Amino acid sequence: MSRAGAARSWPVARFPASLGGVPALLVVVRGAAGLLVTVSVVVTLRTGPVERSLALAFGALVAVGELTRWRGPQLREAAPLGAAGALAYALLGEAAGRPTHHGTAQVVTVVCAASLLGSVPHIARGQSPTLDHLARRVLTVGFAAVCFQPLYNRGVFDSWVGPAYALLLVALLTLTALCDAVLAAALAHARTRWPFGPLLRDELRALAGIGSAVCATGAVMALAVAAAGLWALPVFCVPLLLTQLSFRRYAAVRATYRQTIASLARATEIAGYTPAGHAHRVAALGLAVGRDLGLTEPELTVLEYAALMHDIGQLSLVDPVPAGATAALPPAEQRRIALLGGAVVRQTGVNPQVATVVERQADPYPEQPRAARIVRVVNAYEEKARDAGPGGALAALEELRLGAAGDYAPEVVEALARVLARGSLTAPAAG
Amino acid sequence: MEAVPARARVYVAGVTVCACALLLPLPLPVPSVRSPGWAVALLAALYAAGEQLARRRLAGTFYPVLLAGAFLLPPPAAALVAVPGALLSHGVRRSVQLRRVWRAAQLVVAVWAAARVHGALGGRDAVVTPDFPYVLGPAGAAVLVFCLVLAVLDAGVLALADHAPVARTCRGVFGRSLAPVAVHGLAGLMMAVLWRSPYGPVAALLVLLPMYVSWWVFAQYHRERAAHRATIRALVQAVDIKDGYTRGHSERVGRASMMIARELGLDDERVEVLRLAGILHDVGKLGVPTRLLRKDGPLTPEERRVIELHPEYGHEITRGISFLGEARAAILHHHERLDGSGYPYGLSGAQIPECARVVAVADAFDAMTSTRSYRRARPVATALEELRRCAGAQFDPDMVEALTRALAREGWHPAVTAEEAAVPRPRRDAASHGRPGVRP
Repeated sequence: MSRAGAARSWPVARFPASLGGVPALLVVVRGAAGLLVTVSVVVTLRTGPVERSLALAFGALVAVGELTRWRGPQLREAAPLGAAGALAYALLGEAAGRPTHHGTAQVVTVVCAASLLGSVPHIARGQSPTLDHLARRVLTVGFAAVCFQPLYNRGVFDSWVGPAYALLLVALLTLTALCDAVLAAALAHARTRWPFGPLLRDELRALAGIGSAVCATGAVMALAVAAAGLWALPVFCVPLLLTQLSFRRYAAVRATYRQTIASLARATEIAGYTPAGHAHRVAALGLAVGRDLGLTEPELTVLEYAALMHDIGQLSLVDPVPAGATAALPPAEQRRIALLGGAVVRQTGVNPQVATVVERQADPYPEQPRAARIVRVVNAYEEKARDAGPGGALAALEELRLGAAGDYAPEVVEALARVLARGSLTAPAAG
Repeated sequence: MEAVPARARVYVAGVTVCACALLLPLPLPVPSVRSPGWAVALLAALYAAGEQLARRRLAGTFYPVLLAGAFLLPPPAAALVAVPGALLSHGVRRSVQLRRVWRAAQLVVAVWAAARVHGALGGRDAVVTPDFPYVLGPAGAAVLVFCLVLAVLDAGVLALADHAPVARTCRGVFGRSLAPVAVHGLAGLMMAVLWRSPYGPVAALLVLLPMYVSWWVFAQYHRERAAHRATIRALVQAVDIKDGYTRGHSERVGRASMMIARELGLDDERVEVLRLAGILHDVGKLGVPTRLLRKDGPLTPEERRVIELHPEYGHEITRGISFLGEARAAILHHHERLDGSGYPYGLSGAQIPECARVVAVADAFDAMTSTRSYRRARPVATALEELRRCAGAQFDPDMVEALTRALAREGWHPAVTAEEAAVPRPRRDAASHGRPGVRP
């Protein structure tokens, strides 16, 4: 997982510094979460906790969910069980037919304490940006609890009975999920400086998948505990735990798949057709450009695979191209190698879109799919800038701009210029 | 079921008649459900929609709805829920009509029996209260009966159509389906409890959403895994073609390595790693110019040195693939010889990793028993004789011995191995459909 994962999340590691190394928005979010937790703990300690068995049961659920969370760069909700349990506690109004009395402060305190407890092994192993994950969880749950608990305890929802109450919970959860998506996109934007719009779009799209499952489970848990008491928790945990496990396996097989593709890409380098690390650099830079242009996450995956395998056609050549520099070849030869590559990729059973991108990487840009334009521009830039030494990057970019009339898509060249100017990729590391 | 035997048709007809008889006492007033007709219609529509969705997008079935019906409704009404969905299901191959009728009849009998048992144990009243943890008892019994009936009926039809042994098929189907159906049963129970709670069917519907997402992820996982396997297969085919080998050399070496590993009594995980090692042993040849690999006539020392780099290339190509584990050592060392005269490092004896010694024997065996451009294939016995002659100097005698024993027991079927052996088919199908119960 490490290599390919590192290739993908590479720009993350070099976010631009502001406010002493941490972007302002991150400071605000962490501060707000810290304030919320402090106030909640103080209030809970002053008033004393109520309904301890409920608090303990939900706390245990959140902690278990947190313990079984997965690590993986490409998945959004790392601990769906914990998230669903926390939301259910925030929206819990009754238990086995009797009204509950815990307020917002207790919800935040319990969720925060349980999440911390569940994170201990992860922190001990020195993994992951747990702090932001925790801040996001606390703020989201706090939002849901603030919307629900005070009004419920004051009896505002008394007229909502039966199915209407269930729909009310669903509506509240949807609202919470939307706010959470905005918060997540804003945090990612602050960390990585990738454009906000596409990030928000990807967050919202994920809402339809695992997000909807988390919301529905949160609502079902709250309702089931209201109807049947605490027994409902273990009964309903099993299906969700299975979801979590299948997600884990899915993530694992995706990671090994990416490793295999990356290895295939290395074959051309080892055969001496292309310089070492070229495919990885094109993939990393191509992803950054794709993000800047607002590609969706599935499109980015296609782009990444195509960029990794864009030179695979050279394996079919009897004699290598000098230094693997295809951008300098006559167009007909470039197109022939691209077609050979597409044929190899088609055999490998990856998404046929990847083969199309590899095949069309040497076509004139008005006829190309967007991912193929990006591969062509980034590949040409990488080849031109590689040996030019200091200042070569600018010269290469200028050359692409001049050639943009026919071969290189101008909007992609501009996106590349923006990515380079942002400074996250000025000095491509080898391999 | 290309040509369905007459006795199987009679069996299906018999089960269908039983199913119809079970459905007959309809409709009846149910005291605790406000409008049973409405509930049956809603559940049946849900099941049918779920089946359609499941068939198109995922690979699985929508048992939670059926089991919720069994927990909520009296037996005939619960059994009716299964009918529209089963009759509308898509057929896989020929005799679609017969399959649909069979599916419907089978589910009607199974759901009826489950609902009957659940009702007899007082489960329906317990769901209304809801009386936890008592509800879990009747629900568990109903799930057991559901699985058992499906398994017995399936075993019957398979015995009549394909002469499958009844007892073994029955045990197999039951064992495979129990765990998934139990999870479906929990979701169904939650649906039933919420349906009867003040929050009504709206809340019950919410249960299906996480289940659906869970299946979707499961299906994605299998799709991705199949793609991964296809990629590895394409990788080794590329090597075989480049090398001018007969098609499937790498797959066969994988198979022979697996046989040796099993014979040595290694655990399943290492057997799988050795299979991969065998399949990928020559992947480094991707890095060697095709001109050299296919050269007719003797190689110059310089050319030989270039070709002998391929184990190191292979080791380097597979560097990023973490699941290969010790298979990478086998790729690097599969041309070492026991007397130390091999390459790349000239290791000798026990210095050579065990997995590399396995792959070396498997590779030599397949090279001798398959046809090459420059010579015809030799018989298995001759090849084994040759291996034994070189054991001690070139090969590990233990590995040669293990291969001989495995071949004596299982035989060698190279024709079958080229395509199919890459995927252990029956296991994968059962898992990927997540469908408890085998359909005829």
